[in-house]
Order: sequence, then structure tokens, then C-alpha cells
Amino acid sequence: MALAEMDENASLNEDVEELLEPTDLKDAVDEPDRVVPAIEFRDVHLSFDDKKILDGLSFIVRRGETKIVLGRSGGGKSTIIRLILGLLKPDSGQILIDGEEISDYSEVKMMGVRKKIGMVFQEGALFDSLSVYDNVAYRLHEQGVDEAEVEKEVRRMLQFVQLEDAIDKMPAELSGGMRRRVGVARALIGDPQIVLFDEPTAGLDPPTARTICELAIKLRDLEDVSSIFVTHEMNNLEILSSEYATVNEDGEVVFELEGEKICLINTEIIMLKQGQIIFSGKDEELSASKDEYIQKFLRGK
Amino acid sequence: MNPLKKFIFELQEITTLIISSFIGAFKKPYYLMDLVKQMDLIGVGSLPIVLLTGLFTGGVIVLQTFPTFQYYSIQDQVGRSVATSLMRELGPVLTALMVSGRIGSAISAELGSMVVSQQIDAMRALGTDPNRKLVAPRIFALILMLPFLTVAADVFGIFGGGLVASGIFNQDSNVFITSVRNGISVEDIIGGIIKPIVFGLIIGSISCYKGLSTTDGTVGVGRSTTSAVVLASIVVIVFDFFLSRGINTIFGIKYI
Repeated sequence: MALAEMDENASLNEDVEELLEPTDLKDAVDEPDRVVPAIEFRDVHLSFDDKKILDGLSFIVRRGETKIVLGRSGGGKSTIIRLILGLLKPDSGQILIDGEEISDYSEVKMMGVRKKIGMVFQEGALFDSLSVYDNVAYRLHEQGVDEAEVEKEVRRMLQFVQLEDAIDKMPAELSGGMRRRVGVARALIGDPQIVLFDEPTAGLDPPTARTICELAIKLRDLEDVSSIFVTHEMNNLEILSSEYATVNEDGEVVFELEGEKICLINTEIIMLKQGQIIFSGKDEELSASKDEYIQKFLRGK
Repeated sequence: MNPLKKFIFELQEITTLIISSFIGAFKKPYYLMDLVKQMDLIGVGSLPIVLLTGLFTGGVIVLQTFPTFQYYSIQDQVGRSVATSLMRELGPVLTALMVSGRIGSAISAELGSMVVSQQIDAMRALGTDPNRKLVAPRIFALILMLPFLTVAADVFGIFGGGLVASGIFNQDSNVFITSVRNGISVEDIIGGIIKPIVFGLIIGSISCYKGLSTTDGTVGVGRSTTSAVVLASIVVIVFDFFLSRGINTIFGIKYI
């Protein structure tokens, strides 16, 4: 990858940012696939009746990048995710997944695109009538995968979210945090390259919320997954934009703070206000922003 | 939206729901297990209430009409009146109403809560068309099971009528059975099967549509359940009239 070839003496941060500008990437990167953004919005408009939900939204999510979407409730955050999944159609503008324009796809065609995407819903949205095993296995069962293979994958995923014991339980028997983690496992089965989180930590206690964030970090740093993380909780933002996952000598996944050694460049923030992006950039830039609305959002007053 | 526009919109939505689930049902993957499960739930599950409804309806018809028949000294024809009214009218309609109360409400409440808890979105996000996985098995199960339930109700109704005739009015059961056999025509049997097929389609599509179009959280679930049952029952009764007229015209049944 391009990062490795860089001159160590150069100012790392600046160059990486420059390199990752999509226009410059074309010559700089050996893997042409990585040039195409995982998700791209081009001037997307959407309104319900007379209410404008999204007003000319444009942004890209690069491969392996996590985009944190901030904004007030009802500000169109979840709408972005529903648009990506094709559960809603934009009034105008284009949405590209892996360079594929999906905004005018039919439901049947959309099914193919959805296979690439994992989605974690606000309350987990587990199927009440199915056990944890069947919930997680759902996508594979639908694809007619061999049962032995399904079981192996389900166990691997439940291990990833540390919920192996709950495999035979029904969703009603699980706590809120466990449901959310099963939701993550279900979203991740089949190893999608794009994962969407819709306020995954809403209503959870801080340690459980942290676990969910750590799962997102693991996906970002160790699995090279592109993701959109919709939230309005500031501590999610802090964890996601300041910690990274790495594997230590013993082969265990550990989380470290960014600092001298490494500076996170694969997490960006966009902030929505009345359907428009009022901020886009790194967490440091966000806290340094002079904008009154942003400061009010960050401090809560 | 004005009422007329809303009506046309809903009609359009229900029609597309029916068409897409019909087309989807014949494409892979097939949801056969879901169909069997729904048939069990709808068919076997509704059997007790449908049988009781039939039994007592047949009984009450004889109870109310026997004295009148006796007045005209045609009490040996009471079996014919029970059989005809049950097979032509009461069997299909009452069964459909009972099923729409029991199953229509269950379907729209279940689908409605799935919408509210984002399970439908999750299903679509996981690459499954809810019309095929949820709607088609329910509509097909209703279409397949309602005729059986209706026949069961008819049989139990005639049985109930016979019980009342012999038990309360001391009619010889041979007289009753002969009169029943004379009263039933092939046209009645065919008509009595066509009706529940249409009713099954009506109940299934309306309750699935109402469930899937639920909005506004749990309050919305209650609202869509109520409107599913009410609408399905009314449409069943309205369609019953036109179906009866159609069947009579086709088979040339005369009202003597």
C-alpha cells in the first residue's frame, strides 16, 4: 500500500492526507480498486411532503474508513443509511456503492448490492421468532449455504462479539446490550466490506457502549471494513476517533490511544444540520471549530 | 390526502402487494416451510372456533325455522334449508369473518410490530424480500386453508342442525338426512368453494398490507390491527354479495 512506501522524514500527516485525496490517488496507488470510494453521495436531495430531510448532500467514504455522522435527532442521519441500503430512494442526486450508481435500482437489483453491506440497527432489530443462531445465520440460510459451514461462521461471529453462550437463546431472553451485539454479529456474517451502524449505542450503559465501539474499531483497523457510524453520543466519537486496534505479540487484540506513534487518519466526522453538511473533517478540527452550533453540540449547552 | 385519493392509493398498493407476492412465490428461494407453518397456524389453529361457529349456526337455523316449517307442514324440508343456507352463504361468510378476526388481526399485528421494530428493514437489508418471505406464505396459506375450514364449518353446521331437529323437535334423522341430500346441488358445492378462495385472498392481502404500512410506533400497530379486521370483514361481506350474484348467473341458480 502507498503508506508503506512513504519517506519517513516527510511530515506523515500532511502527505497521507494529500495522498488520500481521491483525485491524486489514481497515480499513487497500485491497487486501482481502492481508488473507487466504498460509498459516495453526490448532491443528494430528499424531502418528505414539504419537509426537506437532505439538502444537497455530498460526501465520500473511502475503503477502510469510518465516517462518523453527527447531528441532532431527526436531522436526517438515519436517512443516509436507509438511502445507502436502498430502503428509500432520493428525490435527486446520485448514490454510489463501490462505484455502482444505485439510486435508480429496482428492489431486485438492490438485493445484490445489499449483499455487500452489513447493517446494525438502533435496537438490534432481531427477528423475535428466530433464535440467536438463526438470526445470525439468516443471511447464509437465505443464500442456501451448507449447514456445517453456516454453523462454523455463526460461531466465529458470535465469538467476535463475545456471545457464544447465547447461541440457543431467543432474542426476548437477551439484555439490550446483548441484542445489539447479536445485531452486530448478524450484520457481519458473510464478511461485508461496508458496515452501517445506526446509533448502535443508544440507550446502553457506558461499558457496553464501549464494547460496541471497540467492535467497530476492530472492523475498521483489522478487517479493512468501510463504515458509517451514526451517533449523537460524544463518547462514541471520542473512542472511535482516538483509539485504534492492533494485535500484540501474544496475538491478542489490544486498543491503544493515538499519539506519538500513530495518528488515526481512517476516521472522519461529518456533521449534519437541517439536511446539510456543516462540518467535515477530523476530530481535532471539530473541537477546534469556532462554529457556534458545533460548539453547542459538543458541549451540550 | 382526500378520501377518494387515499382509497385509490390503497387499492393500488394492495394490488401491487398481491401481484409481487404472487410472482415472488414462484421464484427461488422458495419459502415452503414458512407456508407450511402458516397453514398450520391458520388452518389447524382456526379449526376449533370455526367448528363451533358452524355447529351452533346450523343448530340455531333449525331452532328458528322449524316452527315456521311446521306451520306450513313442510318440516321434512328443514334439512334442505339448513344445508343450502350454510353452503351458499353462512358457511363461507361466517368462516371468513371468524378467520379475519383471528388471523387477520394476528397477521397485521405481527407484521406491524416487525415494521415498528425495524425487523422488516433488517430483513430487506439482509437481502430478503418481505413480500416473498412474509406476505406470500400468509396469503397462500389463507387461500389454501379457508376452503377446508369452510367445508368443515358446513359439515358441522348440518350436523348441528340435525342434532336440534332430532333432539328438540323429535324429527326422524333419516328424514333430515334425506332432505339435506336433496337440497345440495353440485353448484352449491362449487360456489361454496370459490367464495372462501376469494375471501382468503381478501383477508390475507388486506391484513398484510395494513400490517406492513404501519406507522407511528406501537399505537400504529393497534390502529392497523383494528382497521385490518374491520376492512377485511366489510370487504368480505360486500364481495359475498357480488360473488353470489356472479355464481348464480354462471350456474343459472334460480330463486324459487
